[in-house]
Amino acid sequence: MTPRRRRMWTIGLLVCGMAIATALILKAFQQNLMYFYSPGDIAAGKAPSNRDFRIGGMVVKGSVKRDQKTLAVRFTLTDYAHETVVTYDGILPDLFREGQGIVANGRLNPAGLFVASEVLAKHDEKYMPPEIAASLKKKPSNLDNAP
Amino acid sequence: MITEYGHFALALALALAILQTVVPLLGVAWRRGLWMDFGGVAARWQFGLLVFAFGALAYAFLTNDFGVTYVAQNSNSELPWFYRLSAVWGAHEGSLLLWALILSGWAAAVSRRSETLPQDIAAIVIAVMGMISIAFLLFLIMTSNPFLRVWPAPAEGADLNPLLQDIGLIAHPPILYMGYVGFAVPFAFAMAALVRGRLTPAWASWARPWTVAAWCFLTVGIALGSFWAYYELGWGGWWFWDPVENASFMPWLLGTALIHSLVVSEKRGTFKNWTVLLAIGTFALSLLGTFLVRSGVLTSVHAFATDPERGIFVLAILGIIIGGALALYAWRGPQALAGNRYELVSRESFLLANTLILSVATVTVLLGTLYPLILDAMKLGKISVGPPYFNLVFSLVMSPLVVLMGLGQFARWKADSLRRLLIQLSWFVGGALVIGVVVTAELIPGTRWRAAAGIFLALWVASSTLSGVWARVAHRQHLAAALGALPRSFVGQCLAHLGFAVTMAGVALTSTQSLDLHTRLAPGEKVTLGAYQIRFLSLHEMDETNYHASEGLFAIEQGDKQLSEVRPQKRFYRVRGISTTEAGIVPGLSRDFYISLGEPLGDGAWSVRLHIKAFVRWLWLGALMMAGGGVLSIREKRILKVETMTAANTLGSIG
Repeated sequence: MTPRRRRMWTIGLLVCGMAIATALILKAFQQNLMYFYSPGDIAAGKAPSNRDFRIGGMVVKGSVKRDQKTLAVRFTLTDYAHETVVTYDGILPDLFREGQGIVANGRLNPAGLFVASEVLAKHDEKYMPPEIAASLKKKPSNLDNAP
Repeated sequence: MITEYGHFALALALALAILQTVVPLLGVAWRRGLWMDFGGVAARWQFGLLVFAFGALAYAFLTNDFGVTYVAQNSNSELPWFYRLSAVWGAHEGSLLLWALILSGWAAAVSRRSETLPQDIAAIVIAVMGMISIAFLLFLIMTSNPFLRVWPAPAEGADLNPLLQDIGLIAHPPILYMGYVGFAVPFAFAMAALVRGRLTPAWASWARPWTVAAWCFLTVGIALGSFWAYYELGWGGWWFWDPVENASFMPWLLGTALIHSLVVSEKRGTFKNWTVLLAIGTFALSLLGTFLVRSGVLTSVHAFATDPERGIFVLAILGIIIGGALALYAWRGPQALAGNRYELVSRESFLLANTLILSVATVTVLLGTLYPLILDAMKLGKISVGPPYFNLVFSLVMSPLVVLMGLGQFARWKADSLRRLLIQLSWFVGGALVIGVVVTAELIPGTRWRAAAGIFLALWVASSTLSGVWARVAHRQHLAAALGALPRSFVGQCLAHLGFAVTMAGVALTSTQSLDLHTRLAPGEKVTLGAYQIRFLSLHEMDETNYHASEGLFAIEQGDKQLSEVRPQKRFYRVRGISTTEAGIVPGLSRDFYISLGEPLGDGAWSVRLHIKAFVRWLWLGALMMAGGGVLSIREKRILKVETMTAANTLGSIG
């Protein structure tokens, strides 16, 4: 092979490799994107029923109900306008508390329950999912009537 | 009063940073030796002043001077003294001061060792580091001053975030910052070489030990962070692809590429432009990491909006420094001469492929980290990119790297043949294949093949490394003497590559072969996990100075034999009202037992996490081996330096 042909081969291989890698990466990226919805979005039917997404809201006081035998737990999330019931089978994080903001990953089941695969509450005690904070700013009076 | 002196020292350090930048540059322009040397003096004085400022802040923490706002926000008189000390870098202002301190420390170290450098190059390197210092000291003084006072002083502080009250967190940030900030040195070297138009092999040999040193710190820092997450967060994970972790991992990936590219620039005089770009990119990612972690942009863009000054300031620094560097590169870079020629199968090609793949891997992490932030900032919706993306894409991108690494690490410079390489490798790889098959047969059936892929790749790297060592010593009469006489940089390279194999095997095994069980357990009950029984013996309450703890006592049994006892805790920190989980861990080379308490479920029962983490220690052991290999290769450089400077272009055959 002449040096010129060799160089062409090298560049050709590199370009092909890069193209294939880019295509695979973008496909995996697309499949693993998780969108964020509030209970209000779910009530409005915006949330998908066939893929995972994130939900964020405040845990309604007095809504946390545990199963007596297993780790199953059920609680209600609110954005102070709409509510969504979440079920989870596992250990809740340290910062999980009633009246506090949390984020959960999972999907809706046919009955409209959000089945969480992961519950996150990893910021400090003042943490509030940003969307909730925004909606509270709009309607501050709702805070007092909050459940 | 000492706090005020600290504040003053900070301002004085800024003045010196300006001198450190301006005077040597004028010296270079006007060819005045004394002016050029002044940069080093200024750098050392600046370092001394920042040490004093840092000491003053530490003194405020140790003496509970809550009149200082930063102390009041991040400390408490109930904290033990070592956590009051580590609280200095527990939040934004103090960690930026640490950033500036370490930067000036690196500059002072470079100036101390600059006698082997040409005077003008040393002057520009110090001046560039002075510019970065100016930017960060301005940032510190204008937006994030840790010395500001509050009146009247509160009687008590708000306490340090309990998650940070941990031994691992005392050392993690300084070591990580040593790495991050250390990449300013190769960046400054790249700038100096561009300005003077001297991208020579000697330049690469000056920059390389500094780069490797920064890389070693970053490696240890990331490993410590991962170890901390493992035992302190209480859910047994060791890497979450969290943006904060990615922020430190991206400079590591590109820094790894930079080290390898520097080798080629030094030994063969090629890839010089690529090396300079990598040096700029690595430091850009370090700055980006600082921006991500320090601007509040990660918690949410809304937090960013409430304090836009800081975020915009760091973005401006990033834009000016990196934009300026790239402009300089565009202007001066192409002048660099083409290096020596090489064939398709040669060490140069393998190293080039290695750096390209590492860059692609960096971009994939960057995409997953920044895309959600950009989308959110443009109000196009809130998304997050899950760990499956990173896990899948990262292992896909890195696999070809690992295959090439086995082939290329002992390929000859200039030209080699695949046939020769495969013959040299055959015995060791054959042996590794047999080991791989035996290991695979022992694995848990469900995830066997995923684990096997990782194990075979790790064995491939390890066996290829060993065959390279063997090729060096096989024809010698005294094996031990021959092994002892191997050059340090060669041993360092082998150790680092073996460390990489160890980490890779650890990742493959721990992510597929671990057992875990989340269950409800009351004292007196027991459960079976794998070949072991775990018994919850008792629970008792205890009060410590600044927290209340519920401590469980668990016994791990195999058959009739009790192997060990574990005491995991659930802590409640009174001042901030936060609970944390302290996992109980029985460490072992082939497995850790890991037990953590969830929450009380009533009737004395608790939710409990039980893990048997297979080979999890290998992750960090491998990282330490990589850093150790780096240290060995730095120590070699001092001896070689004179030689590389004089015989710069003829050092082709060292392999």
